[in-house]
Amino acid sequence: MTYIPISPKERDAMLETVGVKSLDDLFEAIPAAHRFPELNLPPALTEMEAAAHLGDMAATNENVRDHLISFLGAGAYNHYIPSVVDHMLRRGEFYTAYTPYQPEISQGTLQAIFEYQSLMTNLTGMDVSNASHYDGATATAEAVNLAFAQFRGKRKKVVMSPTVHPQYREVIRTYSQGMGIEEAGDDPNADLEAGPEGLMSLVDDKTMLVVVQYPDFFGRIYDYTKLIDDAHAKGALVCIVANPTALLMLKTPASMGADIVVGEAQPFGIPLWYGGPYLGFFTTKKSYVHKMAGRLIGETMDNRGNRSYVLTLTAREQHIKRERATSNICSNQGLLALAASVYMSVLGKSGLQEVANLCYQKAHYAATELSKIDGFGMCFTDPFFHEFVLCCPKPASEVNQYLLDNGILGGYDLGNDYPSLKNHLLVAVTEMNSKEEIDTLVEILKEMK
Amino acid sequence: MNAPANLKYTKSDEWFDPSTGAAGITDYAQNQLSDIVFVELLVDEGEEVTIGKPIASVESVKASAEIYAPANGKVTAVNKGLSDKPETLNSDPFGEGWMIKIEGGDAGDAMDAAAYTAYCDGRTH
Repeated sequence: MTYIPISPKERDAMLETVGVKSLDDLFEAIPAAHRFPELNLPPALTEMEAAAHLGDMAATNENVRDHLISFLGAGAYNHYIPSVVDHMLRRGEFYTAYTPYQPEISQGTLQAIFEYQSLMTNLTGMDVSNASHYDGATATAEAVNLAFAQFRGKRKKVVMSPTVHPQYREVIRTYSQGMGIEEAGDDPNADLEAGPEGLMSLVDDKTMLVVVQYPDFFGRIYDYTKLIDDAHAKGALVCIVANPTALLMLKTPASMGADIVVGEAQPFGIPLWYGGPYLGFFTTKKSYVHKMAGRLIGETMDNRGNRSYVLTLTAREQHIKRERATSNICSNQGLLALAASVYMSVLGKSGLQEVANLCYQKAHYAATELSKIDGFGMCFTDPFFHEFVLCCPKPASEVNQYLLDNGILGGYDLGNDYPSLKNHLLVAVTEMNSKEEIDTLVEILKEMK
Repeated sequence: MNAPANLKYTKSDEWFDPSTGAAGITDYAQNQLSDIVFVELLVDEGEEVTIGKPIASVESVKASAEIYAPANGKVTAVNKGLSDKPETLNSDPFGEGWMIKIEGGDAGDAMDAAAYTAYCDGRTH
């Protein structure tokens, strides 16, 4: 294989194929004045000057650790991260590790992924976990790919609950472009109180997958057992998008009969950062393992009888399937999967349960106190975990601006995604929010004019 | 290498039995793939297949391969038990390892056993 990307001959052949004579012709659509614009850069800075300049710019940011009290969640949650997580991530052996194709030099990385998989299957109750995806949204979109492959394109309908994270649904639509997939249920004007059974009217013998969220985007907890039974009776698979922290407190998706359980594992030891990089987890039943994207690490024995780890299955990847590959998730989020594994190991089962319980209790305290304020109230009455929809007396964007002026990062403005919820905030409370912070929020909202 | 005389063969190493309509992979193919650990049949009974259409996906410890229809016609049977015992493809590729049956199958210009044997002998690997 040659690594010279393009010879003049190949370039000419490509230009001829697209029907232009020269490279200049190819760029004709871009106005000449914009092809090589004058950049007008300031004079170069010394390293010391540049560091000071960048430091000043960074100092204008406000973050939830040093500046703001946060009640914002909507898929990314502010949890405490034990310092050992970062110490592990920064070890050179993990920090710079490349894809572990060669087990003889990758035992540490392989074992870390194996531990991650074991922890995720334990958490969800499912049979197998892959070595991770970019984030919860792409993991969810991969569930659609799995279902599409399982039915070999003979079923092409995906029924999505309108209370699956709006951005996840957007990513599903992006991923499934060109596959001829029909999406149903994904209507922001749908009845948001219909509950899971409301979806069943959309499930037919062309439905390959039903996607629901647990707790749903509004924080509500539903038992999906009946929906899953009914969907199975129609021959469809069911994917549950789960919050990993909530799973420490709730019935496992596996016990409800889910075929695929995916989600965002950012709450497990990964900072909020600027919206990423995050960690998508993907777990399923053993019977679908050959349709799963990414890789599966397995434990085996070397020729001296020692325990060792290998890439056991990469059923859809390019290095196995070549041009027939149906996945190119070669880069799993190895380092962040390690963060999640260390987080889970350090907290242990009881520690994780305590985190979940603190989130639950504090969120319920906040909901109770906020509901007492004139003009505010709970939008839904269903059981919830650590996030809830608060009905406000004015548009949510105004409430948020008022809170921000008072040093509080408010909830998620649901009017962005759901026209009927313009005056509604999605409020998240985690173990990081002290009782004083919640009381401050309540006091400040009481004084809102 | 075993290549029964009553069968027809493709360049992509499938066999077809004109008398029974059965089709599968050759002894040469299973030997090249080595231990087969997974097989998925991609067609159902009643489907029409044409020569070259993928009928199965096979994975071994060494490689993954697509298996193509060696004849045109209607699928009258699929070997459902195969996915539970993929190793059958190694132990008995021309017998228990049959994949599908193609009714009235027309194998086009498939090779006879002698031509296929010569074809395999001529391949370097």
